[in-house]
Amino acid sequence: MAEPVLAVRNLHVRFRTGDGILHAVKGIDIDVNAGETVAIVGESGSGKSQTMMSVMGLLASNGWAEGSVKYRGDELVGLSPDKLNRYRGSKLTMIFQEPMTSLDPLYKIGDQLALPLTTHGGLSKAKARERAIELLELVRIPDPARRIDSYPHEMSGGQRQRVMIAMALANSPDVLIADEPTTALDVTVQAKILELLADLQKRLGMSIVFITHDLGIVRRFADRTYVMKRGEVVESGKTADIFATPKHPYTQMLIDAEPTGRKEPAPANAPMVLEAKDVQVVFGLKKGFLGKTGHVLRAVDGVSLSVRAGETVGVVGESGSGKSTLGRAILRLQTASGMVRFEDRNLMPLDRAGMRPLRRHLQLVFQDPFGSLSPRMTSGEIVTEGLLVHEPSISRKERDRRAAQAFEEVRLDPAWRNRFPHEFSGGQRQRIAIARAMILHPKLVVLDEPTSALDRSVQKEIVELLRDLQKAHGLAYVFISHDLAVVRALSDEIMVMKSGKVVERGTAEQIFERPKEDYTRDLIAAAFLTQRDNAEAKGQSLAS
Amino acid sequence: MGWLVRTGHLFLFFAVLGNGGVTLLSYILRRLLSAIPTLFVIITIAFFLIRLAPGGPFDLERPLEAKVMENLNRIYKLDRPLIEQFWLYLSSVLHGDFGPSFYLRDFSVAELFARGLPVSMTLGGLALSLAVLVGGTLGAIAALRQNSGIDYLVTGLGALGLTIPNFVVAPVFQIVFGLALAWLPIAGWNNGSPPNLVLPVLVLALPQIAVVSRMTRAAMIENLRSNHIRTLRSLGLPSLTIIKHALRGAALPVVSYLGPAAAALLTGSVVVETIFGLPGVGRYFVEGALNRDYTLVMGTVVVVAVFVLIFNLVVDILYAIIDPRIRYD
Amino acid sequence: MAEGAVFPAETLKDPVVGRSLWVEARGRLVRNKAALTSIIVLGFVALACIFGPLVTGHPFDKVYPDYVKVPASLESYPKPDQIEPNIERIGSRVRAKAENITINGDNVHMTLVGQRPIDERLLAYFERSDLFGAAKVVERADEGKRLVVDVPMKRKYFFFGTDTNGRDLLTRTMKAGQVSLAIGLLATFVAIVIGVIYGATSGYLGGRADLVMMRAVDVLYSLPFIFFVIMLVVFFGRNFVLMFIAVGAVEWLDMARIVRGQTLSIKRQEYVQAAEALGVETKGIIRRHVIPNTLGPVVVYMTLLVPKVILLESFLSFLGLGVQEPNTSLGVLISEGAKNIQGATWMLLYPSITLVTILFCLNFIGDGLRDALDPKDR
Repeated sequence: MAEPVLAVRNLHVRFRTGDGILHAVKGIDIDVNAGETVAIVGESGSGKSQTMMSVMGLLASNGWAEGSVKYRGDELVGLSPDKLNRYRGSKLTMIFQEPMTSLDPLYKIGDQLALPLTTHGGLSKAKARERAIELLELVRIPDPARRIDSYPHEMSGGQRQRVMIAMALANSPDVLIADEPTTALDVTVQAKILELLADLQKRLGMSIVFITHDLGIVRRFADRTYVMKRGEVVESGKTADIFATPKHPYTQMLIDAEPTGRKEPAPANAPMVLEAKDVQVVFGLKKGFLGKTGHVLRAVDGVSLSVRAGETVGVVGESGSGKSTLGRAILRLQTASGMVRFEDRNLMPLDRAGMRPLRRHLQLVFQDPFGSLSPRMTSGEIVTEGLLVHEPSISRKERDRRAAQAFEEVRLDPAWRNRFPHEFSGGQRQRIAIARAMILHPKLVVLDEPTSALDRSVQKEIVELLRDLQKAHGLAYVFISHDLAVVRALSDEIMVMKSGKVVERGTAEQIFERPKEDYTRDLIAAAFLTQRDNAEAKGQSLAS
Repeated sequence: MGWLVRTGHLFLFFAVLGNGGVTLLSYILRRLLSAIPTLFVIITIAFFLIRLAPGGPFDLERPLEAKVMENLNRIYKLDRPLIEQFWLYLSSVLHGDFGPSFYLRDFSVAELFARGLPVSMTLGGLALSLAVLVGGTLGAIAALRQNSGIDYLVTGLGALGLTIPNFVVAPVFQIVFGLALAWLPIAGWNNGSPPNLVLPVLVLALPQIAVVSRMTRAAMIENLRSNHIRTLRSLGLPSLTIIKHALRGAALPVVSYLGPAAAALLTGSVVVETIFGLPGVGRYFVEGALNRDYTLVMGTVVVVAVFVLIFNLVVDILYAIIDPRIRYD
Repeated sequence: MAEGAVFPAETLKDPVVGRSLWVEARGRLVRNKAALTSIIVLGFVALACIFGPLVTGHPFDKVYPDYVKVPASLESYPKPDQIEPNIERIGSRVRAKAENITINGDNVHMTLVGQRPIDERLLAYFERSDLFGAAKVVERADEGKRLVVDVPMKRKYFFFGTDTNGRDLLTRTMKAGQVSLAIGLLATFVAIVIGVIYGATSGYLGGRADLVMMRAVDVLYSLPFIFFVIMLVVFFGRNFVLMFIAVGAVEWLDMARIVRGQTLSIKRQEYVQAAEALGVETKGIIRRHVIPNTLGPVVVYMTLLVPKVILLESFLSFLGLGVQEPNTSLGVLISEGAKNIQGATWMLLYPSITLVTILFCLNFIGDGLRDALDPKDR
């Protein structure tokens, strides 16, 4: 094989932090050959992004790289920004995880696209504009001649990522580094962006370095794969080989981390816990000077659902589909119209005070394990806050004991109950949030994307924990998620939402095996694009 | 005072959402209209506050004869009920008449401002320009060379500029540049001849330079770390382009600070005008309040409030020019 | 990460002590050299201002007519070159001429020669001056026309010099520092209390109430601030405590804005929603979630408001509206110093250094606190 385009040898990346020196990348070797797709896969904190940031000379100012990175034999480590600029933007380019913020909000996208063209390609302004329109066309932005004068805020996240790709491809680079380019996007958009990248690679022939935590993407797109863990490459090789015969236990663990298993159905005679009919939530987008309402957004538009004890209803949809608002509406945390019945009581006429005694039966777990815990309370105080409301008579000591019990129930060390939220990892924090709900022995828990912010392997543990808790206590779940794999592993029944309406509902099996609506099919195809049989693996994947 | 500005944005935002095609002009008109109630409230508060204060404009150290006092009060309509005086004042202000000064009896308030305002505005305008130029440059350099010697020097000088009161700086400058080195005149206006302007403008500008450099530095650092600057770096663009982009982003908070600051600078500074013996409007306020020169105080309040309102509007317009996310068309 | 291990339900272990955000912030603050130095220096200045006047040996309002505007010096007064002129001056009062003046240590030995016999009671003039102690007659000659006298010197130190009235500037500076710091703290406290209550209410109520309350702040902002202060001085006379409660009552606007913004953002936080989902009452939410999380910015703002108020006080003093004699503040001393800058630079220098030191420290502490409490911002 010819000399690699990009050769990383014994690369170390370190950061100077308040707590000493952080060794983020510990002497790794990576090769990228011409025209191939290389995946670097790992969970958060594995150093996969920092490796490529240091290749591009984009480390934060407190970080530095040692070792060697060679582009076609030219050493890049230690180059001054000026010298590095001979490679960056023309030979080596990069797209990032955050499409919403990666473009300068103050400049038209045409002007931003023209920058690499005029700087490296030496094009005149007029020529650069022409080329920019071509590039927008290449990344399939509709009506590029008009869109070139748009500002970033006038475009969707997917479109912005397309513009980023256009900028990266402006000077026909040899290597495109894609750092989790689809993570922040909705699944259907994700699929389109990945498809675009694959297509562009076929047409332009550059190498792609794909940094991702998503094994599905790796399996489908990468020729070769490097698995990183805590700053080291633990395994590397042909993607197909790695998936077929993983050698390192960590790789094995990652592959197994896809949530699997199916929920056992609830007993047929289980009592109804919550029933909602024709729920509507309307937001006035603006109020004029005299209080006249202008545009109205129907966030939830006539949705009905019912959950029995021990049953899970999955609510699926992309961002903005109204699924979270629905969850808050049925708990009466959001003003809504329609009917919500808990056991045999109608909740709609109740005010805040009237709802209070019922709150212990109706709990909520949020998506963001960093935002949902009060940062200045100990985890024990957080978990027992509900007891202050619903069992005000118990003593401090008893509360402490209950906290310890709740910690054990969610499999956290009770000795940690005096620690503060920031001292826990994401998964641990989500366990605390679950403990806070469970300590009150609720009957219904609304789970609002409880696993979306977590690494896959942690996700799996949380899914198992939730399943066990449900079984042990006969809980009813309303499980809100955009992640179909997780929903499938947990739900009896599934509702697919789009623009505030339910477009399809049915048992988990019906929805996944025999979807009726195109939208549902798109969602499933996008989510599992990565998961079709192992055997099919790579090879023709990029060609498809 | 940044929040004033921010509310402004909110209105702007509503304006954009509300009627799609609101032009800049009608936006400005609407903003000016909405300033009228604010101005009215300000005039009302100021009017009654100063009237409630004990003492009156003719309470001199040697009391005047009762008859004289009565006459004076009648001439200046101070014998009417307070509420009537208020309406009288409002209607004359609407006609652009701010009344005669009670204390500087040979002048009307309008005349005083006609003479003083150009002086104060010249000084303030120069100081403001100096602050933006020097402060902006220093702040940007410090941000680009973060944690270097230059950075520490700029931040240190910034802290010094913020903490040394101008009534300390002014006499020190007078001694050093006026007496010891004898480069510049110590005081006086001299029809605004440049050498006379140097010291007062410097003294006015120093704290502003400090604030502007501090804000520019902080905003630049934040901007240089942002994702879109990282994009520019990843594209291998020259430092100049990157600085240009970062500066434009950093300008936003600085602009919103400069609005109220400009209003304050242009309406004069008591300290600087007193120490350098300049005939600006800064002193009217203090003198007016101490002498219960009702009309002069009211005139100052109106002028300052108008300046504040105008500059908030200017800031909003500038903001919309810099940031396309806020637009009216 | 070893998560989710199952623990036996044994008897409760003693829980591990957590490190709260406050503790971590303190750690970061202590690591910040500028802030730490500032804390130490400010502490020293504050202690000196509080206890210093007790140990300088000069009451702050004591006037030394013989030491008007003497320069700052580490050596004691009287200076050798001051002794003779002063003895001559006293001698003329005693109606005698001093001869053979010799100084040994703290004693001045001299011979007083008069035209007529010297009235020894007049020797009390020595003691009445600020330079000398009681004169002791060692030898009488020429029927009392010639007295040999031993006069002890009163050693006095004026490290910062004296002012135009002959008062010790060191003591006055310390006293002034006391007053300025007290004013800063007092006004800040008032501003914080009003601002926090107003801002938290406005932010928590939201909607129309918020709009009206913030519109009011908006209007107050357009009023020339100095107008308020001068009106307050006019109302309250020159009572500085009342006046600075009033200044605090004016300075709350920024605080109200900050707390409102903070409350609004906390209200949207998921942990507040989680508490609502638990059925926690508004009172509990404000106490356990809103207040502890707004405290950070409030503390930062407080450290930055104190220097602002101190500067404002000096500004008022410069206008002659500040603290009244014989009480003093740094602003008063500085404006006096500015008037006497020619010929008595020390009168401007030392109070200014003190003021700038205090303000500098407070600013660095404020910046340090901000970085410590909000580490992503540094």
